[in-house]
Amino acid sequence: MDLLATLRIALRALKVNKLRSILTMLGIIIGVGAVITMIAVGGGAQARVEEQIKSLGSNLMIVIPGSTTSGGVRLGGSSAQTLTEDDAWAITREVHEVQVSAPSNRGSGQLIAGNNNWSTVVQGVTPEFLEVREWPIVSGRGFEPQEVSGAGKVALVGQTIVRELFGGADPVDQQIRIRKVPFTVIGVLDKKGQSMMGQDQDDVVLVPLTTARNRLFGNPQGKLRRVGVISVKVRDGQNMKDAEGKIRDLLRQRHKLQPGADDDFSIRNLAEILQAQEASSKVLTLLLAAVASVSLLVGGIGIMNIMLVSVTERTREIGLRMAVGARAGDILKQFLVEAVTLSLIGGLLGITLGLAGSLAIGQFAGWRTSLSPESIVLAVGFAAAIGIFFGFYPARKASRLSPIEALRYE
Amino acid sequence: MAGALIQTTDLVKEYLVGEQTVSALRGVSVSIRENEFVAVMGPSGSGKSTFMNLIGCLDSPTRGEYVLAGERISSLSGDALAAIRNKRIGFVFQQFNLLPRTTALDNVELPLLYGGVPAAERHERAKRRLIEVGLAERMDHNPAQLSGGQQQRVAIARALINDPVLILADEPTGALDSRTSLEVMALLQKLNRDGMTVVIVTHEQDIATFAQRNIHFLDGRVVEDHPVRNVSDAEALLHQARTPETVT
Repeated sequence: MDLLATLRIALRALKVNKLRSILTMLGIIIGVGAVITMIAVGGGAQARVEEQIKSLGSNLMIVIPGSTTSGGVRLGGSSAQTLTEDDAWAITREVHEVQVSAPSNRGSGQLIAGNNNWSTVVQGVTPEFLEVREWPIVSGRGFEPQEVSGAGKVALVGQTIVRELFGGADPVDQQIRIRKVPFTVIGVLDKKGQSMMGQDQDDVVLVPLTTARNRLFGNPQGKLRRVGVISVKVRDGQNMKDAEGKIRDLLRQRHKLQPGADDDFSIRNLAEILQAQEASSKVLTLLLAAVASVSLLVGGIGIMNIMLVSVTERTREIGLRMAVGARAGDILKQFLVEAVTLSLIGGLLGITLGLAGSLAIGQFAGWRTSLSPESIVLAVGFAAAIGIFFGFYPARKASRLSPIEALRYE
Repeated sequence: MAGALIQTTDLVKEYLVGEQTVSALRGVSVSIRENEFVAVMGPSGSGKSTFMNLIGCLDSPTRGEYVLAGERISSLSGDALAAIRNKRIGFVFQQFNLLPRTTALDNVELPLLYGGVPAAERHERAKRRLIEVGLAERMDHNPAQLSGGQQQRVAIARALINDPVLILADEPTGALDSRTSLEVMALLQKLNRDGMTVVIVTHEQDIATFAQRNIHFLDGRVVEDHPVRNVSDAEALLHQARTPETVT
């Protein structure tokens, strides 16, 4: 018997008990809807983390100075001034896993442009900084070498500065004053968004490292060229752990630390932290989907239940079909197709529910959701599989009936 | 034997009820020729239904031989039996056994569905059969919208759809009043006149007289097998019934 005719028989049988069919489908509808919604919620969380990783720059490590002790009081990380610009150049030069490293200093200052003013983060950087952080310039230009060596009074501004200080107008070639020192804006940085700590990464002004040291933050030990942070970008495909070990060895050697002495700096692998976060959000997605799948399973059991009832109710029909020539396989196919039809229609309605559900969660809870076509295919495939799995037992039961007993069944 | 459509030899059927073996047939040897009209009779429990099930290929014998139209049936598999039921045998049941909520046309088409006949040909053949049994006007009616006699005629059309060699009717008039019983028997007699072999099971003596030969069962054995001397003509009786003077 061809599949089309079987399908027609199945649809007719389902139409006879409309309410029952719909209630049975409801289990699958809710199951598929829940799976799709939950995967969308988990996917949204994952996408968020991925975005943060991207905004950080991939394969990023930062080196910060260690702690100092002043009169028995330990002052915490970065309180010592142990890193120098030359450490940064040495890392680039001698650790072959490293693509580029960039020294930078960080301070804060009041900005004035026209009659607006704004307090923000001022970072003294070298051109390498933008490469390490994968931070493009959207308008204007970057620092020229002579501006870096000659402490040029030029600045790159973040998007927040553009908004707050210039009211969104193009600031290139405009004058600003940082800590009362006049600067020319030469470029605007691309939008980075929030860091994983929730800080606005666009609320920043970049100036040449030398300018920051000589003109803004007045470093008394300027000749030693101390820096606050060295950002390191590791080459793609290189092991971050190996690179970290080599950087540590190099810096210990440069700082002439005795074996057994503590490091006077620390290395943070930020990407790794984020990747751990990403992994945990993946686990979360999986967990949500697993919980949702339970309802799909329950829906499948509902189908099995109703199919068993249906086989019992239609015993005489099965007997008759056998008497007029249906083979056991025909009967098996008929009930299997009926179960799969039930679960597939439920699955398709479930997709609608899932789409509506993820939209509603995005709208009302304000969570970010991300629908993936894979999750839809997966959910429907799962629904069909459940139809086959839970439909098989009742269908086999029907196909194994003896025609005589089935015909005589009251 | 020339023209022997059904040939059974020492047919034995035993059922296992709990731990006891119950013999439903204890060695039945019957031969039915082509174009015979046979009524199988006997009280309940005599084995006549078991005999019908066996010659209808709905069941396999425990022992013994059954040959239908030259084919040894006793050793066939379930699927092969299904194919024989589909192509060779037309069943008519006491309770009609039509599919509910399914039109007369679709009901008649059912065996063709399992025979793998394309849709257009299915419709064509089913229509022709329904016209033959006089239901041209009722093809799109559901069984619930048909009278008992009409339902049984749909069932007969279904039995005929695959041009079987044998019509098996199990108490075909059991659920009908005497008037419609006559109609159904007239139809079966007409088919028989046109060359069809018909075997019916009945416990009504009157109905048995429409057949040419009666086989009586008792305790799983054939106890009597004789031709009917004065075969009643259902068509003639119907005519009489329609004429008011003969109503008593």
